[in-house]
Amino acid sequence: MNLLLAPIVLPLLFAILALFALHHPRAQRALALAGTGLLAIVSVALLLSVRAGGIVAVQVGHWPAPFGITIVADLFGAIMVVLASLTGFAIALYSIGVHDRARERHGYYPLLLVLLMGVNGAFLTGDLFNLYVWFEVMLMASFVLLALGCEKPQIEGAVKYVALNFFSSALFLAAAGLIYGVLGTLNMADLAQKVAAVEDKRLLTSMALLLLAAFGIKAAMFPLFFWLPASYHTPPPAVSALFAGLLTKVGVYALIRTFTLIFPLEPTFTQPLVLWLAALTMITGVLGAAAQMEFRRVLSFHIVSQIGYMIMGLALFTPLALAGAVFYIMHHIIVKTNLFLVSGVVHYLRGTGELKQLGGFYRAHPWIAILFLIPALSLAGLPPLSGFFAKLTLIVAGLQQQAYLIVGAALGVSLLTLFSMTKIWGEVFWKAAPGRPEPDAPPALEPARLRLMIAAIVLLAAITVVIGLAAGPLFTLAMEAAGQLMNPQPYIEAVLGGAP
Amino acid sequence: MMFALTALVLAGFAAPWLCRAWGPRAAGRMALLPAALFVWFLAQLPAVRAGDALVQGFAWLPGLGFDFTLYLDGLALLFALLITGIGTFVVWYSGAYLKEDPASHRFIAVLFLFMASMLGVVLADNVIVLFVFWELTSFTSYLLIGHHHEDDSSRKSALQALLVTGLGGLFLLAGLILLGLAGDSYDLSVLMENKALAEHPLFPAALGLLLVGAFTKSAQFPFHFWLPNAMAAPTPASAYLHSSTMVKAGVYLLARLHPVASESALWLAVVPVVGAATLGIGACMAYGQTILKRLLAYTTVAALGAMVMLLGLGVEGAAKAAMTFLLAHALYKASLFLVAGIIDHETGEKDVRRLGGLRTHLPWTACGAGLAAVSMMGVPPTFGFLGKELLYAAGEWPWVFAVSVLAGVFFFVVAALTGLKPFLGAVQPTPHTPHHEAPVALWAGPVVMGALGVLFGLVAPALGHHLIGPAVTSVLGQPAEVKLALWHGWNKELMWSLATLAMGGAALALLPRIRPALERLAAVTAWGPDRAYQGALALLNAVAKGQTRILQSGSLRTYLEITLLFVLATGGTWMLRSQPVPVAHAETSITMSDVVIVTLILVATLGAVFSPSRMAAIASLGVVGYAVALLFVLYGAPDLAMTQLVIETLTVILFVLAFHRLPPFTRRSSARLQLLDILPAALVGIFMAALTLAANRANFAEPISGFFAEHSWKSAYGKNIVNVILVDFRALDTLGEITVLAVAGLGVIALLKLRLVGKGGPS
Repeated sequence: MNLLLAPIVLPLLFAILALFALHHPRAQRALALAGTGLLAIVSVALLLSVRAGGIVAVQVGHWPAPFGITIVADLFGAIMVVLASLTGFAIALYSIGVHDRARERHGYYPLLLVLLMGVNGAFLTGDLFNLYVWFEVMLMASFVLLALGCEKPQIEGAVKYVALNFFSSALFLAAAGLIYGVLGTLNMADLAQKVAAVEDKRLLTSMALLLLAAFGIKAAMFPLFFWLPASYHTPPPAVSALFAGLLTKVGVYALIRTFTLIFPLEPTFTQPLVLWLAALTMITGVLGAAAQMEFRRVLSFHIVSQIGYMIMGLALFTPLALAGAVFYIMHHIIVKTNLFLVSGVVHYLRGTGELKQLGGFYRAHPWIAILFLIPALSLAGLPPLSGFFAKLTLIVAGLQQQAYLIVGAALGVSLLTLFSMTKIWGEVFWKAAPGRPEPDAPPALEPARLRLMIAAIVLLAAITVVIGLAAGPLFTLAMEAAGQLMNPQPYIEAVLGGAP
Repeated sequence: MMFALTALVLAGFAAPWLCRAWGPRAAGRMALLPAALFVWFLAQLPAVRAGDALVQGFAWLPGLGFDFTLYLDGLALLFALLITGIGTFVVWYSGAYLKEDPASHRFIAVLFLFMASMLGVVLADNVIVLFVFWELTSFTSYLLIGHHHEDDSSRKSALQALLVTGLGGLFLLAGLILLGLAGDSYDLSVLMENKALAEHPLFPAALGLLLVGAFTKSAQFPFHFWLPNAMAAPTPASAYLHSSTMVKAGVYLLARLHPVASESALWLAVVPVVGAATLGIGACMAYGQTILKRLLAYTTVAALGAMVMLLGLGVEGAAKAAMTFLLAHALYKASLFLVAGIIDHETGEKDVRRLGGLRTHLPWTACGAGLAAVSMMGVPPTFGFLGKELLYAAGEWPWVFAVSVLAGVFFFVVAALTGLKPFLGAVQPTPHTPHHEAPVALWAGPVVMGALGVLFGLVAPALGHHLIGPAVTSVLGQPAEVKLALWHGWNKELMWSLATLAMGGAALALLPRIRPALERLAAVTAWGPDRAYQGALALLNAVAKGQTRILQSGSLRTYLEITLLFVLATGGTWMLRSQPVPVAHAETSITMSDVVIVTLILVATLGAVFSPSRMAAIASLGVVGYAVALLFVLYGAPDLAMTQLVIETLTVILFVLAFHRLPPFTRRSSARLQLLDILPAALVGIFMAALTLAANRANFAEPISGFFAEHSWKSAYGKNIVNVILVDFRALDTLGEITVLAVAGLGVIALLKLRLVGKGGPS
């Protein structure tokens, strides 16, 4: 039971400790590394215990569900927590390498830990309003991280980020209020039961659509993704990498949870709608990436595009398709975080992310080149890397459902993804470095710092390779998670089991 | 088989270290690995000929039905021998050819990875295993073509090859999965025994997709253009990937599908025509070339066309011809490419018109080139002669025959130009003058493969029985006996074969005169698919830029507007469509105080929107807040009203404190835009109001609030239910909100104190 609350409590505890050590950077770094490392271990333990013993739930304060707040971990939730924690650990490691003293003195690590707390809370809560609270925790922590430093582009990006995300919060809150108004409960398992008992669901569907918009903004779904490309290239790379890996995936998680558990997609309206949105998200995202010539801007648009694949898994709404979505998320969080980390190393070494001004990395840093290729090719779905299996599952699921249009879109977008990854490869790695004088060349990174940053990248690249090599067992895990999503009865029983 | 793939992959990863440790001898030593594998595959020949296909595998993705299965039958074995055999010489050759290249270790590493991938393609039984290796050959080919990556045109050619074959890969993947769904199995060995598969409604679609995949890989019209451009690769890669192995993967796939697919009308209608068109175009375009490698590249296109055409005919004789021609072509074409590399390496000259008399300095090279050239010309008793004869005998269709003879003439010319002309005649001045023969590593391949091309002609009956026969058996899906012989009597094919030689000689003599005309033709063909590819890329960029400019305009106003419109387009249209909300009449009576308060709210809201100063806007918002508090009082929630009043007061004070230092407020939008903005804003407001009204009337379940009222005092020992909810029933929410407040505080301090100068990004 304590294991279940640990992914929320641990980061909070370490955040508080780090806050006390605000003016001792060494202590802060040690706390951040210990906190995220411990978190990773605990998360893996949680996943293993859920895998072995089934869904676990805790009634906070011992108030029985649905009256109190339930924290619950099914396989999907536990997988997400593991991914978030591993990402958090890699980011902590990388941030220590970056050694940004100014930001460290202004609460960088506590913010990082609070963000992880919010993310894990969102993955584990079994209560709709509590989910809103975790969204707020994430939003506030991410906003401060995004703006920390007050560089001009940061502020510009942060304003758009926060304005659109506040709108999402407003929609979410309104929907939660309306839903409570008609169903009289906020516990998600209880909601699932009560929604299932309602015969005329038309009014409920309107409210579900509000949630679609609210979570769609969080997930950077078409046409609600503007905040993401507007802001992700502005903060320090470690922050972008953390956001790129986790934030949108919380939105996707909320979409999947809502539209499998509470409002299962209906073939009359919501399912085709979401399917179209998935296709458009993929296409507009990848085209956006094709139009960019800056490292992190390219990557940012690719997040949008990849979100489309995950939503496609939801929209096809079969166990196999959802397994594809779960597998996709597993692969994507690791890969995307890593690509941003690599872009950061390039940025720190050359002082720019403009593709036109970069070059010569293959010759000068062959190891960085290989560490880029692993996530980049995985993102494009080149077999036998992790992304291939994610796409393969979705494509098989789509063809089984005879959803030929979305399969065509998914395949075409993967070629365009390969196209933009080769664009970065060609410009940054293959092309000769443009021989321009660099008056304001940044000081070269100290080897010790670079080693820490590379260590974080190697860790994530190794995970990517392992996901590819162990695709069979992980796919089985994803299938089990999808099975729980498509058949929510055990989840409902685990949450409400002790209820009167 | 599994160990062969593993060993090659490991060799690929180890290559950079081995090259460092062993220095210039590394490639020669590493070439022993494919040589050993060649011997191993050769040892499997008797079993395979006896009909015992070798099967290996393990469970891979059991949930999806994909197992990692490998399968060695006659067809796979023929290809495996080519891959490992030619691969041996190519690796050895690469070490010497790239001696001065500081990145040669990378080249050799990728070469081994390619070899593993290519071997995987032909050994794969499961369709997904096939696809995995297929994509890996595309990607390794990309790395090899782009080996001279600081050169713009190399990068462009590499990208073109990757995109064209990658495009085909997508079609292939969809086709393979559809094939699997239609045949209820993902194993090719099972699928190809299921003759009823061709009748399945999904089959034509699957086949169409598979054909596109095969055509792009094997450079069939209209996808042929990437292959000549791929000549940017170092010559050993061209010899290996782009003439003898990878480009034959498409041919391999067609041969693999042949047992079932050759029954279908789509196959018979499309495959031979595409093959013939490719053969014709490749041959014509080859004729006008003068650069050695491009000449060879276009004849490779033509030869691939011939193989595809033959397989497309769907008859036994054609299948035999295809397999024989494939083997003959692999031997002479790899030799000639390697020779072209030696000539370039030793003389620095690439243009055949400026080459001649090299036989004195490069005797062994000349020997290998000559042997390969006579085989390519189809001079008896070489193996190439046999291949050509079978090609002529393949079908009774006159057009097939005509195209074949035409191709034979062109092959003669190209063989003479690339294999004979540089070595015969008077010595011509070249950028470097070779003083001695190239190292053995370079000429060993051409000599051995050239000699085999002649020897195979002499031992044709045995070769047909042991090697070609089992391959044809796989292609036909039924036992086939292949009787190859040099002498069939004075028949039509022999006459035409000899006539081809004569016509070839004549064409060669005429070539200098008609070359200008051919160059004009080449200018016309520049408007072909290559242009279409460039156009497609340009279009893609334009579309991408255009849509991004519209969507990601940078204006927060637009973003918010689109977001509002999305809410309307989903929720709003749903409400209109399904009409869940009977809002026509409200049941609760409206009192005078309601009217007053709501009017107050409306006026204050408009005031906030239209007021020219921040202070007035904040004050108006305060009025809205107080009015809402009044509503709470009227409707029996005094505790809420208290909270609301406190919060509103605080907010207004804080705002005033924070804002009074800001510069004057400026309006960014014009009055017209503001008017336009009213529409979505008002519609969303109406939508939300309607939804709220409807929700107010609907009540689907008993609310849980009764529990709170009951237990607040009894179990939680608190009299104020709201307080108990906040600190006990839902204490976790409060913990979260406290955290939000703490982070906000931390943020305010940090944002005020930390101001990094800089243009953005990491500093």
